Amino acid sequence: MKITTPEFKSNAVEALKNQTLQKALSHVEEGFIDKRQMAADALPEFETLRDNARDIKNHTLSHLDLYLEAYEEKVIESGGHVHWAQTAEDARNIVLDICRKVGAKTVTKGKSMISEEIGINDFLEGEGIEPIETDLGEYIIQLRNEAPSHIIAPAVHVLKEQVEEDFRATHTHLPEDRNLEEPETLLDEARTVLRQKFLDADVGITGANFLIAETGTSIIVTNEGNGDLTQTLPKVHIVLASLEKITPTLEDVSQILRVLARSATGQDMSVYTTFSTGPRRESDVDGPEEYHVVLLDNGRTNMVGTEFQDMLRCIRCGACMNHCPVYHAVGGHAYGWVYPGPMGAVLTPSLTGVDKGGQLPNASTFCGRCEAVCPMRIPLPKMMRHWREREFERNLNPTAQRFGLKFWAWFAKRPRLYGLGAKIAMRGLAIMAGSKGRLSFMPLGRGWTKYRDMPAPEGKTFQQMWAEKQVGKT
Amino acid sequence: MSARDAILSKIRNQVAGDEDQTARRAAVANRLATAPKGTIPARGQLNTRDRLKLFCQRAEAVSTTTVTVKSYDDVPEAVAEYLRNRNLPQAVRMGDDERLGGADWSKTPALTKDVGPSDGSDLVGLSHATCGVAETGTLVLTSGSQNPTTVNFLPENHIVVIHVSDIAGDYETALDQVRQMNGKGRMPRTVNMVTGPSRSGDIEQKILLGAHGPRSLHIVVVDD
Repeated sequence: MKITTPEFKSNAVEALKNQTLQKALSHVEEGFIDKRQMAADALPEFETLRDNARDIKNHTLSHLDLYLEAYEEKVIESGGHVHWAQTAEDARNIVLDICRKVGAKTVTKGKSMISEEIGINDFLEGEGIEPIETDLGEYIIQLRNEAPSHIIAPAVHVLKEQVEEDFRATHTHLPEDRNLEEPETLLDEARTVLRQKFLDADVGITGANFLIAETGTSIIVTNEGNGDLTQTLPKVHIVLASLEKITPTLEDVSQILRVLARSATGQDMSVYTTFSTGPRRESDVDGPEEYHVVLLDNGRTNMVGTEFQDMLRCIRCGACMNHCPVYHAVGGHAYGWVYPGPMGAVLTPSLTGVDKGGQLPNASTFCGRCEAVCPMRIPLPKMMRHWREREFERNLNPTAQRFGLKFWAWFAKRPRLYGLGAKIAMRGLAIMAGSKGRLSFMPLGRGWTKYRDMPAPEGKTFQQMWAEKQVGKT
Repeated sequence: MSARDAILSKIRNQVAGDEDQTARRAAVANRLATAPKGTIPARGQLNTRDRLKLFCQRAEAVSTTTVTVKSYDDVPEAVAEYLRNRNLPQAVRMGDDERLGGADWSKTPALTKDVGPSDGSDLVGLSHATCGVAETGTLVLTSGSQNPTTVNFLPENHIVVIHVSDIAGDYETALDQVRQMNGKGRMPRTVNMVTGPSRSGDIEQKILLGAHGPRSLHIVVVDD
């Protein structure tokens, strides 16, 4: 997929102008925030479980090499295959090889962000194999030839009227006068159309929410049941997973499951949590004959052992973007790659390079809501700051911004001059604002005043107030 | 160097370049062997009666329906009644589960049972759960000829029988029961934790039941 992350600013401007998108985005706030809060409040142990989840992943990441080895051994023991992929290209070729060996014509797919990351759909299509997304949201955006705009609600940017248009344009074998006004009828139609695809597919590809080292098991957490049909019906099940999905034991995964769905959709538990271990056994009468796991690195080993390792705790619940004012305003596509919102702002530069993804960590007000709701307690704002520092160190910001920062730093290192300058600037701004108390124009601040007034400073400066408070203290 | 070795050695270098590898290996082996439990929510830690009550309550909160019967011999009538109430034909798809097969089906002669995996043409699937979890009203089903996985997902309606003694308070207890089936570290091919009927919120975040899996889920608890 084409990365448009460097064009984040112009993407964001377009997104703000897009009325349809703005209407669709209103559902994010309605749909997720209150539900998460209610689910968290209803479980007294929720905060402790967040601590445990963080600790489990920290332990795992600091022993990641060993847990990966243990996991691989168990997969092989249960009759499955493990393929190691250093790059997206390696992963695509591994998948293609497996498909070719069984002469696959169609591949059904459960929802997988890794499959988006490696761009498997376009690749398979180019090789003459038809990929079919089966998660309702993913199916909708596949018809629209779009990328997901949210990691758990990929079609959150689409209105139901648009879904109706897409279904009418694609499902041309159905009567034209059918009623598709309600979401229920749209869901029914997708169910019927996709049912046959599930039964016909030669290979099923799913992602993985967790890989369990103790048992060699992959886990998917879903609501629709499409992932289960995807992995149960075809001859071959391929799991696409990144290295950091490893979790030591069934007990550990139980802890994290309790915070996953609550943080994501506000459910206590998603409808289907499915554990898969190896291919069909002798005692089985259904299930795949082959089970393959593709373990993807694609830049993650650059993060372990660095200040970005905490990001690898992420379990892709989407809570950070659900609570992000920037995501609410511009949606997911503006971020320009696979991962949007705060987690994307940290992960994208990590995986694609700060030269491409550097704008994203700047698209934050540092309000801190993302960190406050992250079930894995990932310090997202702190890591965005790390990226801003790297960007500055590598001279990647625009000249004006660099000059501004250096100018400010010069003053900041000279406190008396800074205090004096601030006092003068404050008075000046107050005089400029006059009786209105607002500024509609500000020197060097047109980016701000173009869209709204700047409230004029009043009273004393922070430093003055601070100095007064110190008087009398010892 | 193979991709595998390159990845593993890079990780090792970065997370534990100069650490004692023996101690690291011991830490991992110990955690895998002892599988320490974390925090277990108090919610599910109840006596059998209250656990059953909580299990049904949590299941009903996510649009599952439940009924309790006194013995396995009452299961066929409970199934037949459910089908009548929902205007469904008297036919179920099921595996060769011994507890289900051993029930007295003579009282429901009109009810046909097709045994084997589902091919997608069945309206109703009947399964026996391995266990359940009261804290979220979750069923745990395991694959095999007794309860094929396709029966859990392809039919429009799913009826699941569970024995009251198999309802655990928490996930850890239930998963440990699954672990004991084949010995530690050996899982059945598929374990399905099911919490309510299939649903999707992908169109404008409105939750609708019956996405790709069953549109309805009915639990029959055997409380003998």
